[in-house]
Amino acid sequence: MSAVLEIQGLNKSFGGIKATDNLTLTVEQGELHAVIGPNGAGKTTMISQLCGTQVPDSGRVLFKGRDITRLAPHRRAHLGITRSYQITSLIMEMSVLDNVALALQAREGHSFRFLRPARTITHLRERGRDLLTRVGLADKVDHATVALSHGEHRRMELAIALAAEAELMLLDEPMAGLGTQESLEMVALLKGLKGKHSILLIEHDMDAVFALADRISVLVYGHIIATGTPAEIRGNEAVQHAYLGEE
Amino acid sequence: MTRRAWMTLAVLVLLAIVPPAFYLSGNAFYLSLATRLVILAIAAVSLNLILGYGGMVSFGHAAFVGLGAYAVGIPAHHALYGGWDALATNSGWLQIPLAVGITALFALLTGLVCLRTKGVYFIMITMAFAQMIYYLIVSIEEYGGDDGLVIDSRTELWLFDLDKPLQLYALCFLSLLVALGLVRMIVNSRFGMVLQGAKGNPERMASLGFNTYAYRLTAYVISGAMCGYAGALLGNFTTFISPEMMDWHRSGELMFMVILGGAATTIGPVLGAVIFIVLEEILSSYTIYWQLPFGLLLIVTVLFVRGGLAGLLGGRK
Repeated sequence: MSAVLEIQGLNKSFGGIKATDNLTLTVEQGELHAVIGPNGAGKTTMISQLCGTQVPDSGRVLFKGRDITRLAPHRRAHLGITRSYQITSLIMEMSVLDNVALALQAREGHSFRFLRPARTITHLRERGRDLLTRVGLADKVDHATVALSHGEHRRMELAIALAAEAELMLLDEPMAGLGTQESLEMVALLKGLKGKHSILLIEHDMDAVFALADRISVLVYGHIIATGTPAEIRGNEAVQHAYLGEE
Repeated sequence: MTRRAWMTLAVLVLLAIVPPAFYLSGNAFYLSLATRLVILAIAAVSLNLILGYGGMVSFGHAAFVGLGAYAVGIPAHHALYGGWDALATNSGWLQIPLAVGITALFALLTGLVCLRTKGVYFIMITMAFAQMIYYLIVSIEEYGGDDGLVIDSRTELWLFDLDKPLQLYALCFLSLLVALGLVRMIVNSRFGMVLQGAKGNPERMASLGFNTYAYRLTAYVISGAMCGYAGALLGNFTTFISPEMMDWHRSGELMFMVILGGAATTIGPVLGAVIFIVLEEILSSYTIYWQLPFGLLLIVTVLFVRGGLAGLLGGRK
């Protein structure tokens, strides 16, 4: 196996607070690597640095061996990195299908195309419908995004991440705010992605993490204190002390 | 057809018929009022592209109107008084491309800087650039400075004789139709989807792989050029131009039209221009404080009517 993503000694401070502290982590090809950690451990800050919306103070991020530490977000997307958001981040003014079609459109080079109405471009619409069907939103395609429930928004996030057909998916708490049943369905969806994409999953839902992950890293105060298989992490005393014990 | 489509059609048909009918029945004044209305509507439609669909609140759009007007006035001035031979002409073949070209260039250069900022900063910096142009024109003695510049002969065009009020109106009205069509085409295109996405959620658009800056800049240039064209028409209509037409009050009026009429709707800016002109005409005959009811109207619209007048009359999309 070769590494898709390598994070090497990443540091990021906000004022006096070290949000990321000498963070080192590797995501192997085809692996589902979960990152868990208490609130405020710096999980979202880590994701932001991986997708380029924040620049680390020091350290390096390598994607398939290439240094992308300071690359602009849209360029990282072109290389094959996609992300979903912890706080639902959709374009509320547009329809459900428009949101997904836009993500598909992003893969077709530039969009300086002024003549044809975007909603008549069949392959974008059909592929969008396929993706929405895959996440169980087939009957919602023409709804206004703002009218959907939270659980449905989480599914849209996933459909958009899938639209990118990215090698590396950064999923920021896809279960956030979901009910028990919805969580189970999301776990089933994510299971279906395993092996096809390399996934870095940030998640609070322990049942989901232990059901899905090939490897788990534990992030505490911006630093990875342990990495291992679910069984290893479960048995790790430091982890139990820092995190699991508090639940 | 939807209710909104009917409303759009009705407004345009009324604009096509009513003002010429007034003119032909001996009320030339109303045609002149409608000409100004239609020209301002084109400027508002251009602003709507970036403000309504792109979320870029430009507070400097009057600068494009002014630049477009001076692109007519300055060549006409030299054609009469000599100097600057390359520029001295009344021909529309030079004046119109000049108006569009110079405003596109101004939009490009200022947009490169302005679009690095967001929110209130964007509003302030667009206004600052517009005021720079305002003071630049004020300082040029040859073109009248503060006192303005009289355009002695109108642009000479193929097919249209702009000295004839009906033909001038016809050109302005057709230009409005083209502007509406262009904006609609752009908004519905793939480019337009990116533009609207960047308004709704710029961070998401970047993470999808769109360089939102480039798309917004392109929209800004298109909008500026379209507004410059409206300025060229305005110069031909008033035949007197002055820096006052690019003052920030004027930019505010354009914003007023877009927001009151309904930002991000096709017909909204036109409705806004209609209300603006009609109210200005009625209220200013009663009181010199006619801007006060305007302000109140805007506040009520923003607070209580989603989607402006177009939303109120045409229903939600």
